Order: sequence, then structure tokens, then C-alpha cells
Amino acid sequence: MIALLKRDLRLALRAGGGFGLGLAFFLIVVVLVPFGVGPEREVLRPIAPGILWIGALLAALLSLDRIFALDFEDGSLALLATSPLPLEAAALVKATAHWITTGLPLTLAAPLFGFLLLMQPEAYGYLLASLLIGTPALSMIGTFGAALTVGLRRGGLLLSLLVLPLYVPTLIFGAEAVRRGAAGLDASGALILQGGITAGCFAILPFATAAVLRINLR
Amino acid sequence: MSWTRPVLPWTFGLAGVCLVVGLIWGFFFTPDDFRQGSTVKIIYLHVPAALMAINAWIMMLVASLIWVVRRHHVSALAARAAAPVGVVMTLIALWTGAVWGQPMWGTWWAWDPRLTSFLILFLFYLGYIALWEAIEDPDTAADLTAILCIVGSIFAILARYAVFFWNQGLHQGASLSLDAEKNVADVFYYPLLVCIAGFVLLFVALVLMRTRTEIRARRIKALQARGQHA
Repeated sequence: MIALLKRDLRLALRAGGGFGLGLAFFLIVVVLVPFGVGPEREVLRPIAPGILWIGALLAALLSLDRIFALDFEDGSLALLATSPLPLEAAALVKATAHWITTGLPLTLAAPLFGFLLLMQPEAYGYLLASLLIGTPALSMIGTFGAALTVGLRRGGLLLSLLVLPLYVPTLIFGAEAVRRGAAGLDASGALILQGGITAGCFAILPFATAAVLRINLR
Repeated sequence: MSWTRPVLPWTFGLAGVCLVVGLIWGFFFTPDDFRQGSTVKIIYLHVPAALMAINAWIMMLVASLIWVVRRHHVSALAARAAAPVGVVMTLIALWTGAVWGQPMWGTWWAWDPRLTSFLILFLFYLGYIALWEAIEDPDTAADLTAILCIVGSIFAILARYAVFFWNQGLHQGASLSLDAEKNVADVFYYPLLVCIAGFVLLFVALVLMRTRTEIRARRIKALQARGQHA
């Protein structure tokens, strides 16, 4: 498992754009928003948590099709399926690798982007916490979606249609936690529920992902 | 195939009778509501459609589970056949809701929990149908969509409750939704029941017909494949 994780991380690093692309996309979204809605503080401040969450979600979506596509094409996915490592564990590792290459950098960079969007100072802690709790779920759900569309030639658009509705609960609780934090309310309920969703995703989706991969490798 | 052939016209006929009786009864022989006026009568389309939109998904879920466990081909085809019907039901519910909401709430759309969760249900239907259409091999498509349906159901339920959480954060307990069956009077209740029966029968009839079509299409494909090999 660790060897596979290392391999995936190395591939993401060396292939270029693994880390950078998602972050750059995130930055562009954040820069474009003030052009769209205007630079005033009273406009940007209330929408900043939502924009940051949606930006993180789209940036995570952007790199999903890479999770399995290359391995599927060159046959290493079939090798993984026949290896002693259960395919469920491989799916878990793939999701973890995706999170380390996209979710974690996004989480760490988000407060900086919150600064750009003139976010309320009290919200930074909640933003970090909710992204840290929520982005692993985004990666795991995305891995499932990527496994569903891996055999398709033009699965990119379909992938987003399949995955984005599944992101709804995570997004709601994540953005809600930050909004409540910014308003000085108690955000622990939203954070706990979000943690529950993430834990549930990691408990169920590796099995679903592995089942889907087996079907696609038939 | 054999038992559905005689059943199908009866289901269609009964659905038609129920809908005609229920809608005429509801539209012309029930009094106007004292607050809502005659707009209350949208209930006869809105509630049954909304009910069937959810039930169609549940039927797809059951059919998907049967396919995953028992590998019965007809159940996969029935799930496929039900999806477009479910989409149309969702759209009818959303549309009639908007038509009712315009005079009553003064807006076509509000980000009310119920409305929002129906829109999300609509998105789930779209993804499910799109996945069916995208995959060429029928068995692979049946397998993948079945798993998507099962996982999607979990997330649809999660999304539904998450949406309630989200909206209470914005409007404190301000509920715009009409809890129909609890407080509706008997005059409205009986024609509504007939309409619901009509929608259920219509759904069953449409799914049976579409499943028969799918089976025929599958047979034609098999025959063509055999013709090419021979």
C-alpha cells in the first residue's frame, strides 16, 4: 500500500501540474469572482466562504479523471487488480494520493485566498477545519466517479455530472460551518456532521469503487 | 413478456379512468380554498407527480439491487425504463410547484429545502440516464448504473437532510412548504387519492411498456449479432 502511495505521489509530482494545476485553477477562480460581482468589501465578505468551497470543489474535480485513466490505458490497473493487494485497498490509496496532491494543498492555500476575498478574520480557523475534514470526502467520492467513467473515451463531462450531485452534502456542511463561524455562531454541529460524511465515504466507497473497477476491467 | 401483454392495456385503461375521474372531480367539483382560491387545485397534479418522482427512484433502487444480487436481466432493463419516467415526474412536480408558487409566494422559485432537494433529485436522474447512454456494453452499463443508483440513493438521502440543515441556517424555521396530506380536508382528499392512484397506474403502465420495448430492442440486437456471425 505504501509503495503504491509513493508511486502515485511521485507520478503526480513528476508529471508536472499535479500540485500546481489545481492550485492555479483555484487562484484563477478566486481572482475572477471580484470581476464578476464587484470589489466591494460588503459584497465579497459574505460570499467568500461559499466561493472558496466551490473553488476547492471544482479544483478537486479537475484532476479526477487522472486518477485511473493512465493506469487503465497502460494496463497497470489490471496488474493492480491481480496483485495480492485487495482492490479496495488500492482504491483507498488512490483516493489518499489524490487528496495529498489536491485536497491538502488546497486546504493549506485556502486561508491565503480567503485573504484575497476579504474574508472575516474569525472564519479562517473554520475554513481550515472544514476543508481539512471535507476534502478527503471529495477525493474519495471523486475516486468512485473516476472508476465509473474509466472505460469511457470522453468521460470528463459525464464524470462531473455524476460526481457533483454527490458533492452536495459535503459542500453544504462545509460552507455552512464557515458561514456560521464567520457569523460568530456555533459551527461544531456542521463540522461534526461533515466529519460523519467523510468517515462514511471512506467506509463504504472503497468497496463500491473496487466493484466498479472489477466490472470495468472485465 | 407473456403476462404483461394482456395486463398492459388494462393498466393504461385504469390509469386513464382514474386520471380523468380524479382530475375532473378535483378541478370542477371541489370548492375553492378560502385562502388560496382555485390555485389549490394544482395539488391534483403536483402531489401525485412528486410522489411518483420519489417512488420511481425507489423502484430503480430495488430493481438495481435485484440485478446486482440475482442478475435478472429484466430488472436492469426495468430500472433503465423507469428513469426517464421519473425525470418527467420530477419536472412536472417542479413545474406545477412553480406555477403554484408564483401567485401564492410571489415567486417562481425559492431555495426552500423541498424544492432544492427535488432539483438535486433531478440531477441524480440526469447522471443516471447519462451513464446508461454512455456505455455501449449492456451488461457493463447495467452493472455500473446499478452501483451508481445504490450509492446515489445514499447520497440523495444525505443531501435531503443536509439541505434541511442548510436552509434552517438561513431562515429560522420559516417553512413555506404545504404539508398537504395532514391538513387537507376530505373534499380535497378523495379526488387526490384517485389522482394518486391514476399516477401510480400510469407509471406502472409506462414502465411496463418501456421495459417491453427494451427487451425487444435487446432481442433484435441479439438476432442481428447472430445474423452477422452466420
